[in-house]
Amino acid sequence: MSEHIVQPKSYYKIFGALMVLTALTVVVAFFDFGALNDIVAMTIAVTKATLVILFFMHVFYSSRLTKTIVVAGFFWLAIMFVMIGSDYLSRGYVPRGITNYVERH
Amino acid sequence: MSAIDRTARDMPPATPGVKRIAEPRADERPGSNYLNNGYGWKSWLLTKDHKRIGILYLISISLFFALGGIYAGFIRLELLTPQSDLLQPATYNKVFTQHGIIMVFLFLVPSIPATLGNFLIPLMIGAKDLAFPRINLLSWYLLIIGAVFALGAMMYGGVDTGWTFYTPFSSTYSNTYVTATGIGIFVAGFSSILTGLNFIVTIHTMRAPGMTWFRMPLFVWAHYATSLIMILGTPVLAITISLMAFERVTRVGIFDPALGGDPILFQHLFWFYSHPAVYIMLLPGMGIISEIISTFSRKNIFGYKFVAFSSIAIAVFGFLVWGHHMFTTGQSVYAGLVFSFISYAVAVPSAIKVFNWSATLFRGSISYDTPMLYALGFLGLFTLGGMTGVFLAAIGLDVHVHDTYFVVAHFHYIMVGGTLLAYLGGLHYWWPKMFGRMYPEGWGRFSALVVFVGFNLTFFPQFLLGYLGMPRRYAAYPVDIPAFQVLHILSTAGATILGAGLVIPLIYLIWSLIGGPKAAGDPWMATGLEWRTASPPPTENFHETPVVTWNAYEYAPQEDMEVIGKTSPDDKPDRSSYSGA
Repeated sequence: MSEHIVQPKSYYKIFGALMVLTALTVVVAFFDFGALNDIVAMTIAVTKATLVILFFMHVFYSSRLTKTIVVAGFFWLAIMFVMIGSDYLSRGYVPRGITNYVERH
Repeated sequence: MSAIDRTARDMPPATPGVKRIAEPRADERPGSNYLNNGYGWKSWLLTKDHKRIGILYLISISLFFALGGIYAGFIRLELLTPQSDLLQPATYNKVFTQHGIIMVFLFLVPSIPATLGNFLIPLMIGAKDLAFPRINLLSWYLLIIGAVFALGAMMYGGVDTGWTFYTPFSSTYSNTYVTATGIGIFVAGFSSILTGLNFIVTIHTMRAPGMTWFRMPLFVWAHYATSLIMILGTPVLAITISLMAFERVTRVGIFDPALGGDPILFQHLFWFYSHPAVYIMLLPGMGIISEIISTFSRKNIFGYKFVAFSSIAIAVFGFLVWGHHMFTTGQSVYAGLVFSFISYAVAVPSAIKVFNWSATLFRGSISYDTPMLYALGFLGLFTLGGMTGVFLAAIGLDVHVHDTYFVVAHFHYIMVGGTLLAYLGGLHYWWPKMFGRMYPEGWGRFSALVVFVGFNLTFFPQFLLGYLGMPRRYAAYPVDIPAFQVLHILSTAGATILGAGLVIPLIYLIWSLIGGPKAAGDPWMATGLEWRTASPPPTENFHETPVVTWNAYEYAPQEDMEVIGKTSPDDKPDRSSYSGA
């Protein structure tokens, strides 16, 4: 396994990109996008996290096995979010049997 | 035939296909092993030898277990009478919390992986050490630092939240040392993550030539599955505990509804780790049982691949069932249905294991040595604990018995009847390998039976108590329901017997270090690589890298001996023939 040598220049570029995105986070906070507020903020945050993982953590230059492990980790996180989210989304649903029962009494 | 009789015999040549690979080199000092390789405190506290680190873990978690056991004793004594007379309710809350925290985070989670796993995985796969020896030592120090925080908080006045730290009580109302204990658990969690990381890398990269994945002992498979859970689950616990402490310190609303948070979110996050954590505790125990049952039945395990993959299946499914701890909270009914269904499904791989172990026993040449008694105890008690778990996965029944002693009995059948019995069985099984000494077999069998009887007398009445409606975590209970006190007295009596059953091994195991007869390299005539080296093993485990040419449990087929009268395919005397007769 040969280590890929990353030039300092590319680190500076990524650092610059992260700084620009940070500034962008502050700027968009002054605008109200309505329902898109969360989506905009999360898009910027996810982009930054991806840059850090790919370049600062060297995943971009790593073997396919390492990439698989990273993807598996995020898949696991997705399981957590999806299943917790399914609880929150379906809390308002009331089974029809119960509504019928309540209407009858 | 007992173990000691067997060790006294001349060892026959190895099982067909098993070559003796660890003959001492000519230039080596005879009797050099990992125990006498250096004596100063530095040689232990700065060691990078996985075997010595395993011993460090063994000593520390035994102390934690004793401490947790003392708290359990106080709980049982308090419940002898309906009034809260021995302990004030506030003190009782702290006592059961400390019992839970010590037993879960400082004993059960590190118990089998960090002691036996640490000691045995490199030996079993033919490696010289774990992949990252320094990280291995670091993980022990992290556990000790975590314990210092948790036990320090306990000495200053303790915690009263229960080991589950449910919010908003823990984050807002509890006036005890929640944050310090949380830091302790946070740090101890990293110990577990590093152990898991070390195991996975070791198993992937350091197997001896010929040690293919499907030649690995099932103990190693079980630890691989456990390590996956440790790595994927424990960070979530760390974050959850941090968020709880963050809310407690800064009053930013995350879980407390008064601050705009959601208490059920805490339970989701907490159980996302803490349900799989049950399998961190249980899976290594299942690995031990596979080894013991195969060795003492002199048979290849029934359905090796099924047992191996059921470990992985348990690790995966175990992550999808956490909502069954929350059926009585405000969790959505639909989420509850899904969690209930998947909880039924997780029983399938566990049942596969139990059936396969039973099938291994079938027509085996069984000897009832101490480890086997523990393993057979495990088989019965784990089945009972697992089946009551299926009860609890049913939403309707769970609503009835939620937070009662039924649940307490259920998880103690898994944790004590399962993990602790497996741990004790494993400790006895590998004791000769770890220390080169045999323990007294008679005392061993006696204490195994005492533990079994004491355990059942302690926890079976709790099923009945729970079904009658006795809630958990209360210091007092109604006088006018006589059954409550009768069952509690039975339970306390059982706990006394169980305690005695645990003190006996402590005494004879320590005695055996000095007075026990010397153990041979392979006292059980087993097939694993760990038995192909001296007892205790040399520091580098094997003098030459072993080459594996046989499967994990390659005992000679019984019918060859019984029907044809032939002992092995090439007519050499076979080890199996020395066990059953």
